[in-house]
Amino acid sequence: MVGVLLLVIALAPALAILLIILAGRPSLSAWLNLIASIIAFVAAAVLPLLVQSQAHVYWAGYIIIDALGAWVVLCAAIVYLLASIYAVGYMPLLDEEERLPVFYALFAGFALTTLLGPMMNNAGLYWIAIELTTLVSTFLVAFERAAESIEAAWKYIIVVSGGISLALLGTVLFYWGGSLVIGPSYDMTWAALRDAAPHMNPTLLILGFLLVLIGYGTKAGLAPMHTWLPDAHSEGPTPVSALLSGALLNTAMIGIIRYLSVVDAAGAGPLPRITLVALGIVSLIVAALFIVRQEGIKRLMAYSSVEHMGVIALGVGFGGALGIAGALYHMINHSLNKSLMFFGAGSMMRSYQTKEIGGIHLVSRRFPVVGALWLAGAVAITGAPPFGLFASELTILRAGLETKAAWAAFVMAGLLIIIFIGFLNHFRIMYYETPEHDNGVEGSVSAWCTLPMWLALLPLLGLGLWWPEAVWGYFGTIAHALGDGALVAGSTP
Amino acid sequence: MLTAHLNPLAASLFSLIAIASLLLAFVMLGSRWLRHYLYAFAAESWLIGILSAAVGFYGNYPELYLIAILTVVFRGGLLPYLIFRIIRRLHVSREVHEILQPSSGLVIGALAVIFALGVSSRIGAELGMSGTVVVLALTVMLSMKLLGFLMLAARHEALSHILGLLVLENGIFLGAQILVPGMPLLIEIVILFDLLIVVACFGLLVQYLMTHVGTTSSLELRRLVG
Repeated sequence: MVGVLLLVIALAPALAILLIILAGRPSLSAWLNLIASIIAFVAAAVLPLLVQSQAHVYWAGYIIIDALGAWVVLCAAIVYLLASIYAVGYMPLLDEEERLPVFYALFAGFALTTLLGPMMNNAGLYWIAIELTTLVSTFLVAFERAAESIEAAWKYIIVVSGGISLALLGTVLFYWGGSLVIGPSYDMTWAALRDAAPHMNPTLLILGFLLVLIGYGTKAGLAPMHTWLPDAHSEGPTPVSALLSGALLNTAMIGIIRYLSVVDAAGAGPLPRITLVALGIVSLIVAALFIVRQEGIKRLMAYSSVEHMGVIALGVGFGGALGIAGALYHMINHSLNKSLMFFGAGSMMRSYQTKEIGGIHLVSRRFPVVGALWLAGAVAITGAPPFGLFASELTILRAGLETKAAWAAFVMAGLLIIIFIGFLNHFRIMYYETPEHDNGVEGSVSAWCTLPMWLALLPLLGLGLWWPEAVWGYFGTIAHALGDGALVAGSTP
Repeated sequence: MLTAHLNPLAASLFSLIAIASLLLAFVMLGSRWLRHYLYAFAAESWLIGILSAAVGFYGNYPELYLIAILTVVFRGGLLPYLIFRIIRRLHVSREVHEILQPSSGLVIGALAVIFALGVSSRIGAELGMSGTVVVLALTVMLSMKLLGFLMLAARHEALSHILGLLVLENGIFLGAQILVPGMPLLIEIVILFDLLIVVACFGLLVQYLMTHVGTTSSLELRRLVG
C-alpha cells in the first residue's frame, strides 16, 4: 500500500511532464499540472497515517519512507498543490502564452525532484536528488528572461553548486569512514551509516558532518550561505518562489537532520549541534537586519524564509523530543504560511506593477479580501498567536531553555521580536499610509489566486488552535527514530 | 582496505598522479587565458582517468576500468569540447579585469595547500595512516577544493566560474578514487552524467546572460543587492 502511494507520488508529476510536452498546449498544461498536484497531495496526505514507527524500504534499498520522510513529502506536496492552483490564475498575467508548456513541465519536474529527495535512502542518491532540484529550478528562476531573473539564476546555480560540492566531499568522507568499519564496498544507506558511526573515527565524522552541514545548509538557505536565496526567491515567478521556499528548503533540511542522527549515534560530542544552533542564530540576525531595511516586497518574504530556516535549524540543533517536534511542526506551518505570503505578494506585485514596498499602498481598501488574507498571513508569519507558527516557535523556545545553550533561546526570542516589529511595519505602510500621489490602482485578483490563500490560512489557524495528540505522538516517533539526541544540560563535556 | 597494503610502485604511481593534478590546478590558477584553463582541466581529467584505471588494476576493482573510460570520455573529452564551443561563441579569450593578480593567487593557493596538509596529516595521524598515500590523497582533495573556491572568488568571467566548479568536483573525484575505490558503481556513473547536465545547463545560462544581460562578467551582475 505504502509502495503504491510512493509510486503515485512519483508518477503523477512525471506523467504530467510527459503529457504536457506531448500536448504542447498552454491551456491544457496548467490543468495537467494541477491534476498531478492534486493526485500527489492526496497520496502524500495518506502517507503519514500509514507510515508510523517502522520504515518501509523499496527498490533494492534505494528508496525509504519513514515517519520523517513522509512528513517532509507531505509539506512539499501541500506547497505543490497550493502553488499549482495559484499558477492557473497567475501565469497568464505574465504574457508568456507560448512558453507556458515549458514552464509547467519544468514546474512539475521541480516538484518531482523535491518530492523524491526525502525518499532517498542512499546518501549519494540524496545528493544527486538535491543537485537535480537546483538544475531544474534554475530555469524556473530564469523563466521571465529579464536581466534580473537571469542574474538571480546565475548566482543561484553558482552559489548552490559550489555549496553542494562541499556536501559531496562530506559524503565521500562519511563513506570513507564507513569503509574503514564495514569494508571497502557497501550501500551507503542512512541505517548503515548510523550502525557504523560508533566505530568511526570521531574527527573524521565531525569533519564530514561540518562539510555536509555547510553544503546542504547552503541549499537550505542558512546564513551566511543564504546569498542566493533572496535573489532566486524574488526574481522567479511567484508559484516558483512558493515552491522554492516552502518545499525545497525542507527537502535540504531533511539531509541535515539525517546526518545529524548519524553523528549522534557516534556520540561525537556537542560540536555538531552547537554549530547548527550558531548557524540558526546567524540566520536570524541576518534576516532581522535585512527585514527591517527591506525595500523589495518579495525579498522581504525571502529574508523571512532565511529567518524560519534559522528557527528550524535551532529546533533541530536543540534536539530532544521537544526540539524535533517544534522543528517539524514549524516546517509545515512555514510551508503553508510562506506560500500564502508569496501568493499575496505576487498578486500585489502584478496589481500595482511594482516590486517595491513603497509602491504598494492602501491594500485593504483596494483589495479587501486578498488584503485581509495577506495581513492575517503577515501576523501569522511573525509568530503571533493564534496561528501555527506561534505554537511551533514556542515549542522550540521551550526546547532551547532545557538545554545548555539556553542563551540561544533568549537571543532567538529577542530577534523574533525585532523581526515582528520590522516585518509588520512594512505592512503598516502598505495598508494604512496614504500615499502622496495616489495612482488609483483598481482591479481584482483572480479567484484562482485567492483560493490557495484561503486553503493555506485556514489550516494554519487550525494548527495554531489545536495541536492533535496524534501529531504529537507522530513527532515523538520521529525523534525516537532519530536517536533522541539533544543538546541537554549536563550531557555535554 | 586498498591503501593499507599497497606495493611501493603503486603507491608512488598514485602519488605522482595526485601531485601532477595538483600542479595542473596551480597552472589553472596562474593562467589568464581561458583556453589554457581548459587544456589544464582536460589534462587533469585524463590523469584522473589514468588514476582510476591504476587503482582498478592494483586494487582489483574491475568496475573502475569502466569509470576510467567514462572519465576520460566525459571529463577529458566531452566537457572540454562543450566549454570550448562556448568560448568560441562568446569571443572571450581571457580574464580582462582580474580581482586578484595570478601571482598573488598562486601565493594564496600555496597557503591553502599548507592548510589542507595540516588538516589531512591530523586525520592521517588519528587513523594511524601517517606517511601513506592516504594523507596525500586527502591533501590533494582538500587543496583542490580550496583552489577551486579561490578561482570562483577571484575570477569573474562566467566561464572561469564553470571551470572553478569543475575543479572542485575533480578534486573530490581524485580523492575518492584512492580513498574509497569501492564506492558503488551506480553512484559514480550517475555523478558523471550529472556533471554533463550541469555543464549543459551552464552553457544555456551563459547564453541567456549574453543575450539578456549583455555581459558574462559577474562584476556587472549587481542589480540585485540588499
